[in-house]
Amino acid sequence: MATTDSADGAVLPEDGTAGTDGIRFDGVVKRFGDNVVLRELDFSVAPGERVTLIGPSGSGKTTILRLLMTLEKVDEGVIWVNGRSLSHMKRGERLVPADEKHLRRIRSDIGMVFQQFNLFPNMSVLRNITEAPTHVLGLSKDEANERARALLDLVGLADKVDAHPSRLSGGQQQRVAIARALAMQPKILLLDEVTSALDPELVAGVLDVLRDIANETDITMLCVTHEMGFARDVSNRVLMFDQGQIVEEGTPAKIFSEPENQRTQDFLHAVLDQR
Amino acid sequence: MIWDWHFAGKILPDLLRGLVVTIEATLLGYVVALILGLVWAILRRSPSRIVNQTVRWVVEFIRSTPLLVQLFFLFFALPSTGLQFSALVTGIIGLGLHYSSYTSEVYRAGIADVPVGQWEAATALNLPRRRVWFGVVLPQAVRKVIPTLANYLIAMFKDSPLLLAITVPEMLHSAYDVGARSLRFLEPMTIVGVLFVIVSVLSSLLLRRLEFRYGNN
Repeated sequence: MATTDSADGAVLPEDGTAGTDGIRFDGVVKRFGDNVVLRELDFSVAPGERVTLIGPSGSGKTTILRLLMTLEKVDEGVIWVNGRSLSHMKRGERLVPADEKHLRRIRSDIGMVFQQFNLFPNMSVLRNITEAPTHVLGLSKDEANERARALLDLVGLADKVDAHPSRLSGGQQQRVAIARALAMQPKILLLDEVTSALDPELVAGVLDVLRDIANETDITMLCVTHEMGFARDVSNRVLMFDQGQIVEEGTPAKIFSEPENQRTQDFLHAVLDQR
Repeated sequence: MIWDWHFAGKILPDLLRGLVVTIEATLLGYVVALILGLVWAILRRSPSRIVNQTVRWVVEFIRSTPLLVQLFFLFFALPSTGLQFSALVTGIIGLGLHYSSYTSEVYRAGIADVPVGQWEAATALNLPRRRVWFGVVLPQAVRKVIPTLANYLIAMFKDSPLLLAITVPEMLHSAYDVGARSLRFLEPMTIVGVLFVIVSVLSSLLLRRLEFRYGNN
């Protein structure tokens, strides 16, 4: 991977790579019909960094995660993940739209946990976790099982190996989903409002697991959440979004204690008043 | 004309042999319909517009033409292109092909019912396309539509006498033969009717058990 000066930002380098590791958004625009969700968005995330995205609903936070996971496509601009463009790849001398193989290579660095868990209901807890390692990474059944058991231990569900997902509480399902994502050993973990669908008493258990992961690994985390306490604890940086743009960013201490932007202040008031 | 029990008893073995052929054609045709319908349903989800639109119109075409016309085409017209099968095989292919247009719609509904989050989770885990279909989507989709699919087995069974038209020795064919030989149609046709009812009712009972098992969840 050639290291190029990242200053030439929006220009697409000739070999379709952008040198730097981590994530970079260059002038990203995303529309759904007439609705512009992201407007010329520029930001980057360094490897190992923990970034929390906050902001009112509809401000484009979740879309950012979905774009990174290749569940959506950008309309304009380029997203770089570990030096690879999500939308283009090099074929011969030309840059062509990314094909499935290219996307698969990028996705192998990224894991995602969803608001609705999305466990596979036709599989046991164990198979939910081993399915991808065996079929994507080529792990043997024993290796995959061993990895899955270790992860279930990490998320505190060692006794639920053979359980069916429907028998688990929402919090337990979400912890399985976290284990499932980690089983692929991603470099980047995307967390999309992972506690929003949970009953209040189950939130803490899930957040504790995520705190452990943040403390014990150097995985890059991008987190969309309304849990401000959690955001304060784990993130290095907080990005405040409104109407598809970053209106303020800074350390959690700065954003939560002395926000400068009026919209950030209003948003934080609204969120904290709900409690 | 008076019902003749003795005659009825004498022709019963012939009719039962016909019934065996009927059931054979139905079951094998059903297997063809289940597999082919699944293939159509998956191809309709192909990202390639050429593939999914072609399949869409082929299936639409099959569903919009009568089964009898299709059977005649397969049996009388196709051999002129060099493709010739026995009457029974032709009948099985015909029944299966025709009903695949219905089963594909059933599968399609089942697939559409699988939450989009399941596809997204599979994508996020980087599962290969084959695994997404056979490991995640189809097990969930098919389970929900098993009762509906089973209904088509009974419908197919009742359509199987059409195979008479292409000389398959199924039950109605046997009954017609017996009638033509003895010039008595009352007994053979009545027995055919009764046998159809018996098999249909038995299948319906089985079907209800399937619905009980798979219908609710």
